[in-house]
Amino acid sequence: MKRLLTILSLSLALAVPATAPAAQDGPLRLTITDGVIEPMPIAVPPFVARTPGATELAAQISQVVTADLVNTGLFRAIPPEAHVTRVSSFESPVQFSDWQAINAQALITGAVDVSGDRIVVQFRLWDVFSQAPLGEGLQFAGTRDGWRRMAHKVADAAYSRITGEDPYFDSRVAFVSESGPKSDRQKRIAVMDYDGANVQYLTSSDSLVLAPRFSPDGRTILYTSYETGFPRVTLLDVGSLGRRTVGPQDTNMSFSPRFSPDGGRVVYAAEVSGNTDLYLLDIASGATQRLTTEPSIETGASFSPDGRFITFDSDRSGSSQIYVMPATGGTPTRISSGAGRYTTPVWSPRGDLIAFTKQNAGRFHIGVMRTDGSEERLLTGAFLDEGPTWSPNGRVVMFTRESPGAQGASQLYSVDITGRNLQLAPTPGAASDPSWGPLLN
Amino acid sequence: MRTTALLLCAALALSGCANRLGNDGGDGLSDDGFANGGLASGGAVPGSADDPTSAAYFQQRVGDRVLFAVDQSTLSAEGQEVLRGQAQWLNQNPGFTALIEGHADEQGTREYNLALGGRRANAVRDYLVLQGVDAGRLRTISYGKERPIQVCSQEACYAQNRRSVTVLAAGAGV
Repeated sequence: MKRLLTILSLSLALAVPATAPAAQDGPLRLTITDGVIEPMPIAVPPFVARTPGATELAAQISQVVTADLVNTGLFRAIPPEAHVTRVSSFESPVQFSDWQAINAQALITGAVDVSGDRIVVQFRLWDVFSQAPLGEGLQFAGTRDGWRRMAHKVADAAYSRITGEDPYFDSRVAFVSESGPKSDRQKRIAVMDYDGANVQYLTSSDSLVLAPRFSPDGRTILYTSYETGFPRVTLLDVGSLGRRTVGPQDTNMSFSPRFSPDGGRVVYAAEVSGNTDLYLLDIASGATQRLTTEPSIETGASFSPDGRFITFDSDRSGSSQIYVMPATGGTPTRISSGAGRYTTPVWSPRGDLIAFTKQNAGRFHIGVMRTDGSEERLLTGAFLDEGPTWSPNGRVVMFTRESPGAQGASQLYSVDITGRNLQLAPTPGAASDPSWGPLLN
Repeated sequence: MRTTALLLCAALALSGCANRLGNDGGDGLSDDGFANGGLASGGAVPGSADDPTSAAYFQQRVGDRVLFAVDQSTLSAEGQEVLRGQAQWLNQNPGFTALIEGHADEQGTREYNLALGGRRANAVRDYLVLQGVDAGRLRTISYGKERPIQVCSQEACYAQNRRSVTVLAAGAGV
């Protein structure tokens, strides 16, 4: 789908005092690594409708902004019924004492202007107890169907300014939409906004499809398809829905693809005579390079964000473990060392951590470790958790959780890297294999 | 026991054998065994499980599947016996090709299980080739954990899902 939305990020010169304290110096700062126990109370009063037709949209935008922030687990929204004042004008001075009275530490005010199909959203973030703006006001303009993205942009700006982290709400997730009984699952590649809105199906369920992976620019998706009768790495254009198999066609099975950070290459697994190894494909030229030659299974490869290394899982030691090797191939270093089997390593976009699936003592876990294998931390534990994917800012991991038995079904969950704030990601039906795409522009 | 009887059947292709299997068959196939038993002496209904040259016979009497231990692709003695029967049948019925499916139980991540299914399918293929089946008639595919036949999420079901299935198709080569 072509996004018609254009977003203009304009500084609103009005009302920002030249002497406003620099945002980074203000007392309103929430550091995520501290392991937030008490969410920060915030107030997001309904955005002001500048035009008569904007009232409903203004309320919806405020709700999405609120949901984005609250669902991080870092913020608690003071319900509008508890507000002692109303914001009826975006330009009027903020009555800080009214917001201090209900202990709102941050206040988000906004206004929405609707003109035909065009909407303009303005917002400001206020540090209530410093009685000062936190950063400049922002304005986003676009078409009406892009209103949720504008709301996400507002929330992203607020989240970034308060936490100091990169934003991630204005992003999409590719996943496998599932239906039918467990013994005959029907699967389709789908994409949705990170919060489950705007689901779009990209393939039919005529053939089995697995494990989509977004390109770094979000325009294409790699996945494994049985459309030819055999599993093949397939490249799908999200806009045109055109698709083609990539890589050599003479191997028995190619699967488990992931893009390089520059989007030009694909690391994937291929099975030849029962032995699965890793290969590198240059998309433009079609040239391939074999990266591993062991008789063991090597799969689940993922690039480091600087493109210099590849992490993967291998059972060369007798059970699946996680390894890191140069992206050009060469001697891998085993980094996992705990009890159990480790698979599906995925490098954080920040470069600092590797998320993985761990199977031990009859349970599955999603975990993270440093890239040298130290400081392993399990974030979840369940009958079957697998396949982590990182939020664009490397603070949240989304994964598949499947329940047991004949009625068992897969759902998408997210958890932050401290192991807190486990959240079900809403999907229209059963879903698996999430791949979190980039922050949108 | 049952496997042995099946193999004997496959080897001898005797008429009475099908009838006996029908009597002690422990699965949904026993009805067929009874119904068609009387025809066997004069020639089974073509294409039925009593026709020793049929795909149905291969599937039901020779046995189209082999089970594997957890996370393993080595063939058990029982599995090898089934595969010897498959090889013999394939060698006697050159008009068929076979697609060998490899499957895994759900106790593993998706892509590892795809690779594991590939290993299992190839272990079967290699064994059949050792038994004289032309490699050009065999092809493998892995479904990983995507196509379980039992869904109870307990070992009794997992054991049935860790399998290879030899699926026949008419034709000389793949």
